[in-house]
Amino acid sequence: MTHSTTRRAFRKGLQDGAPFAVVIVPFGLLFGVVATNAGLNVIEALSFSIVVIAGAAQFTAVQLLSENAPTWVVLASALAVNLRMAMYSASLTPHLGAAPLWKRAIIAYFLVDQTYACAHMAYEKNPDWGLPEKLSYFFGALAPVCPLWYAATFAGAMVGNTIPPEMALDFAVPITFIAIIAPMLNTGAHRAAALVSVAMALLFSGLPYNMGLLVAAVAGMVTGAEVERRMALAPFGRVPE
Amino acid sequence: MNPATDTALITDKTALWTVIVLLGLGSYGLRFVFLGLIGNRAMPEWVLRHLRYTAVAVLPALVAPLVLWPSATGGDPDTARLLAAAVTLVVGYITRNVLAAIGLGAVTLYSMLWLLG
Repeated sequence: MTHSTTRRAFRKGLQDGAPFAVVIVPFGLLFGVVATNAGLNVIEALSFSIVVIAGAAQFTAVQLLSENAPTWVVLASALAVNLRMAMYSASLTPHLGAAPLWKRAIIAYFLVDQTYACAHMAYEKNPDWGLPEKLSYFFGALAPVCPLWYAATFAGAMVGNTIPPEMALDFAVPITFIAIIAPMLNTGAHRAAALVSVAMALLFSGLPYNMGLLVAAVAGMVTGAEVERRMALAPFGRVPE
Repeated sequence: MNPATDTALITDKTALWTVIVLLGLGSYGLRFVFLGLIGNRAMPEWVLRHLRYTAVAVLPALVAPLVLWPSATGGDPDTARLLAAAVTLVVGYITRNVLAAIGLGAVTLYSMLWLLG
């Protein structure tokens, strides 16, 4: 019985993860293309995608490296971009924290935007799932996502700069991230954080080495947390006079 | 300010591999920290409160300059890209469906690029 429910959960994960191929493939291709155009060879581009396995951080790192930014600035900016992974990790811990350490170690490696989005939604929709079903689901969801990331990077690095600019592949990155953020803007605190982040990023875009990103990230986080704290103090979401 | 208009080559391979390895370790650490180390032990509330806003604080900052000053046009604002970004945002906000937002954003981008030549 348990066997069939875990198998069903695995299949459900596959089903939910598969549509993300339409995002992962152009995004991975684009990274491969951008990386080779910046002077990386196929091995280096692929290593990036296997070792780091986080698109936005990889793009940030490659761009800053090509601007000859100091190594610490590259690392700080790219890690700031990946800080959301810690939130994903915290959010899944109540569901997967009871798994053996080696399984949690593997899950941590595959914890990316798409697998998190799938798991977070599925675990809420299926409160009857036990640990085995939740684990099967997660592995099902990552199967069509993560290997495609490596494959698309490899393909992009191979074709290099032969993709015509009319394909406007450059815009795969902004569209993907806007689409990931938009559904999260469901509270005033989230909207305020995003708004401040955009304003600060534009205001400080002149700072060297993209450091406006760090300023905007900190300002956005502090804003979100502060708005949430004040809303919690005031019932019905109203800030007292 | 138009980022990445000139594509400088990454020639410092030591810096490149330092970044690949340390960024990999750091990213893994961020993914593993709660799941593997902290588990269900309580974290200070203010830490969690800030963590909840990491995605909405970082990704918009990353995207905003790319939307306003796309490198593909040499950093000049571009109607097709601005409209595509707006459609993606509105569809994602209303439907809460990531893939629908990406799909309609891409359709907008390509049709506007085609219409505006």
